[in-house]
Amino acid sequence: MLNHIKISAESTPEANIFDFSVPKLREMAKRLRRHVITMTATAGSGHPGGSLSAADIATALYFKAMRHNPQNPQWQDRDRLILSKGHAAPILYATLAESGYFPVPELSTLRRLGSRLQGHTDGNLTPGVEMSAGSLGMGLSFGIGVALAARLDSRDYRTYVLLSDGECDEGQTWEAALAAAHFKLDNLTAIIDYNKIQLSGWTRDIMNLEPFNQKWQAFGWHIIDTDGHDFNQILAALQEARNTKNKPTVIIARTVKGKGVSFMENNVKFHGKAPTTEEAEKALKELE
Amino acid sequence: MAVEVSTRETYGKTLVELGKQNTDIVVLDADLSSSTMTHFFAREFPDRFFDCGLEEQNMIGVAAGLASSGKIVFASTFAIFASCRCFDQLRMYLSQMRLNVKVVATHAGITVGEDGTSHQAIEDLALYCALPGFTVIVPADAIETAEAVRLAAATYGPFYIRLSRPKTPLVYQENYHFTLGRAVTMRQGKDVTVMAMGIMVAKALEAADILVRQGLECRVINMPTVKPLDEEAIVKAASETGAIVVAEEHLAHGGLGSRVAQVVARERPVLMSFVNLGDRYALSGKPEELLQRYGLTAKNIEKAVRTVIKSGKPRAANKAH
Repeated sequence: MLNHIKISAESTPEANIFDFSVPKLREMAKRLRRHVITMTATAGSGHPGGSLSAADIATALYFKAMRHNPQNPQWQDRDRLILSKGHAAPILYATLAESGYFPVPELSTLRRLGSRLQGHTDGNLTPGVEMSAGSLGMGLSFGIGVALAARLDSRDYRTYVLLSDGECDEGQTWEAALAAAHFKLDNLTAIIDYNKIQLSGWTRDIMNLEPFNQKWQAFGWHIIDTDGHDFNQILAALQEARNTKNKPTVIIARTVKGKGVSFMENNVKFHGKAPTTEEAEKALKELE
Repeated sequence: MAVEVSTRETYGKTLVELGKQNTDIVVLDADLSSSTMTHFFAREFPDRFFDCGLEEQNMIGVAAGLASSGKIVFASTFAIFASCRCFDQLRMYLSQMRLNVKVVATHAGITVGEDGTSHQAIEDLALYCALPGFTVIVPADAIETAEAVRLAAATYGPFYIRLSRPKTPLVYQENYHFTLGRAVTMRQGKDVTVMAMGIMVAKALEAADILVRQGLECRVINMPTVKPLDEEAIVKAASETGAIVVAEEHLAHGGLGSRVAQVVARERPVLMSFVNLGDRYALSGKPEELLQRYGLTAKNIEKAVRTVIKSGKPRAANKAH
């Protein structure tokens, strides 16, 4: 049954049940990367590169920073992660499964007919998925709406939006960038997985984003430039975002496409192509 | 001459009434609130009104985020921007996720007038009706507008309500109650049926007045809910009157005419004729001049009725323009 009416859950104060140490976060991120490899290899399609680059960010959010409860996905006071880069669905599914939103074995159904794990995220089908995505540039606007609702209802949950660098080509991202600053949404944090590779090549060659930080700054955002694979830095950035008042924060997370698997790192080929069985075996060995 | 009342002003005032009853109602606009009349709500409930500036795509996304958090969201702009400018957003956020957002768009059709082609939404119904899960309503007058807006607020799911710029003649009494998905028989008749929506309902009634003097009893049906259609009323009209004319302020393709024809073809084939804008854009002019120029008149409906009754095959009555 679709759970498309997302307003049923009563709000009850619940403690953050995920409080991993940095070594445990590292271990979990590795496990999630293994899922990404297995899932996309099994499906025979999908986007492993941008899932691997976002693995540490997703791990830091779900296993440390975010207040959420997998037993109650509609909990009204939950922190929300809105995955705007919908093609990175595999890393979100792996994260949700490992934190308990649905059984881990279900990950092997990715992209299959009848699966709850669609090729790109479906906000109605999968427990824990906040928004349907796949047409790029739409997450930040949705995040603004969610953050405005928190303000209207005097709720203290935080809204995180995970964007790709490529989708910063989309005009709507910048419409939202203007609006979030205009509405002074300090409960909203954008995290950009700045792996510098989009489908056809390096972002600097396809559509240059630089000077990137200055653009966000000019739009009225608080900027945090960070290493998107260093848990201490990611967690510090998330804390700084929480402490920043009166404006939204963007964390520009410098990442490596395909991070964690030597032959996939910085390899444009793995943006939208699944590893073969041999490649997957090799990758899994590296991720042991 | 019937009393003319602004449907968009009625919309704005109904929003205020709803805002008082329900604190979950939130209203968005895209820098047109003094035209869409959401400024009444903005004045009354400034905390629940957000002007998104000229960011229609962002506005639909913000509406979706608010709705996913339990709000009943009304989002307004001109019909042309509410359809063509943000179609992917309507599809991804509102249709796919079935979110509780009511897009109420004003200045639809050619009656927007002097602003010309760029502002004339005449393909909006084709776009909205293509989206699974959307309810699409075109009220015929201010009384039906108020009813439709109240009903949209009370019914979960994405809605599109299409309003006009000019004042519209009243075709209903104050005690009228709108039922979602139901056609309304405005006038009984056995010889032919004219189906219309929006501003064309008054013109259909005018045409029926003329036709009755020529001995033709014309059934006039208002189809305010363009999606989902009242198929029963269509089949009944086809069976009982044997010919159907559909009149609408929209292009030939994808609007009410296309949708009714699909039902007629499947359930009860009868001759049909269509009064619409054909397959071309209109130009600048005064609303009434444009309606004349592009054939959206009582006279043309009358012509279409005679054509469909006499002729052996259906054809567009306004081809000559």
